[in-house]
Amino acid sequence: MSAAARPLSARRRSERLRLLWLCLLLVALAGALVLSVSFGTRDVGWAEIRAGVGGQLETIGQAAVAARVPRSLLAALAGASLGLSGAVMQGITRNPLADPGILGVNAGASLAVVIGIAWFGMSGTPAFLWTAIAGAGVAACFVYAVGSMGRGGATPLKLALAGAATSIAVSSLTMAVLLPRADIAGGAKAWEVGGVGGATFAGITPALPFLGLGMLIAFGSAKNLNMLALGDEAAAGLGGRVARARAIAALGAILLCGATTAICGPIGFVGLVVPHLCRVLAGVDHRWQLPFSALSGAILLLLADVLGRLLARPAELDVGIVTAFLGAPFFIWIIRQRRIREL
Amino acid sequence: MTLQTQGLVAGYGDRRILHGIDLSIVPGQITAIVGANACGKSTLLRCMTRLLRPEAGEVRLDGTSIHRIAPRALARRVGLLPQSPVAPEGITVADLVSRGRHPHQGLFARWRPEDETALARALEATGTEALADRAVDELSGGQRQRVWIAMALAQETDILLLDEPTTYLDIAHQVEVLDLLCDLNRNRGTTVVMVLHDLNLAARYADRLVALRDGRLHAEGSAEEVLTESNVEEVFGLKSRIIADPVSGRPMMLPLGRHGMLAGIGLAAGVGA
Repeated sequence: MSAAARPLSARRRSERLRLLWLCLLLVALAGALVLSVSFGTRDVGWAEIRAGVGGQLETIGQAAVAARVPRSLLAALAGASLGLSGAVMQGITRNPLADPGILGVNAGASLAVVIGIAWFGMSGTPAFLWTAIAGAGVAACFVYAVGSMGRGGATPLKLALAGAATSIAVSSLTMAVLLPRADIAGGAKAWEVGGVGGATFAGITPALPFLGLGMLIAFGSAKNLNMLALGDEAAAGLGGRVARARAIAALGAILLCGATTAICGPIGFVGLVVPHLCRVLAGVDHRWQLPFSALSGAILLLLADVLGRLLARPAELDVGIVTAFLGAPFFIWIIRQRRIREL
Repeated sequence: MTLQTQGLVAGYGDRRILHGIDLSIVPGQITAIVGANACGKSTLLRCMTRLLRPEAGEVRLDGTSIHRIAPRALARRVGLLPQSPVAPEGITVADLVSRGRHPHQGLFARWRPEDETALARALEATGTEALADRAVDELSGGQRQRVWIAMALAQETDILLLDEPTTYLDIAHQVEVLDLLCDLNRNRGTTVVMVLHDLNLAARYADRLVALRDGRLHAEGSAEEVLTESNVEEVFGLKSRIIADPVSGRPMMLPLGRHGMLAGIGLAAGVGA
């Protein structure tokens, strides 16, 4: 009897701890949203913040606050989507280096959108969405295929290398498409850096179904990711359909980062950093890890956006630049820390 | 519950590994599959758990092709411990073992009392209760293997397939793991099928030996029937002496090499001639 009691009580204890962390993350998210609405290029008082969030646009301060509301929502949504898709990608590939940026998925989405703008005169979020998701899907399949070549299948290092190489190649292609087109280069360039500034509710709405579906698929894949974590053979031995589980989860991740890239441009490193932190807090169970990653991603991107606004006053740094500055050292730290060589 | 293969032909891409295997696993017994490297032992196990789809022939569980059984339903009846499973970094023993309950749970099902009972039984049977809250990465090789077996036990299947469960373990841990599998077989009536490299341990612990050679069934039967000097030579290309194991009374194989033998023994067997 004592044998049964011990693991159960341990599990309950860690479950309580995780619930506590979840609550803290929710509080932190609320805090980050408040910060994001309050701080910016223009200083505003509490009265103006309250009025602006309430929809009054009488003073410049109130208008500035009102403009920050959709921007904050977009940052939260994009951050959650990227964090979640990063966690799913790390789960699918059993690869601590997987991230929509590093695996070249965001770059694929960007190239598709830029080609759409430059060659087909594409405009408007709905068109961007489909194109970006298609581009993300093609890039993901390509990187996985290249990374699986040769002995040992898709090892973490091979996948990361295939992704990095693809990223560089695809980014150069994107440049090549843009260079001769002075007419669109400015707009496309701004989109390319990755930012949430200038967000409007009208711009966000078309992405919601994609993000919603992506999140649904991702959260629904939690148990399958737990199985895949034990290795393909053990997963199959436990009754998992390995290939199908992986494909479905990948679809969720691609929808999430494709749709996010369509509305914000490519934002790197959120999908890499967040799942690592969340593994520390939530442990190895994806049923906890995924919601943790979504929440932390939202918090991280909100804070990065606020930081970008404060650092470069009176101008702004795009959030994609801030996350790159935060994420690059982290990437190096993971590689130095982890036993990547033996993976 | 019987697991059978009929005319099983399988391989990877152009490389054919199994050339028509007809094999019946006797329920309630321990079967050891032996053979030289790359003779198709692991491939046979992979076919038996749907991991690999045969090119021809089929694997049947109680007469039904296993490819007609839903993976989850199959996993409730046949468990597999692969050769090198992956323990996610930082996972605790209790957490890993409880993942063996996966085929018994729905997509969103909560942890039920029967899952808890199965977990407790698996930990107890493998003597890993005291490790329940430890991280799997911190354990020794022998402990880790017991934990993986505990996971397969939590799956509560009638048939358990193990791919080289003793590889990478020192001799004490090898015996410990095989004793544990024997306990399971005796106490729960679990049918055990394992790929083993050590012929003498296979002869001691298994009720039946199955010897594969180049993807074909070379011999099957009791240890006395299978572990013979001629079979060892045919399957492994190794000359040997078979004596009675003074501990178990089962046959025991002593390899003949070119060195390290008493004068005259190698000559008599024609080794190195």
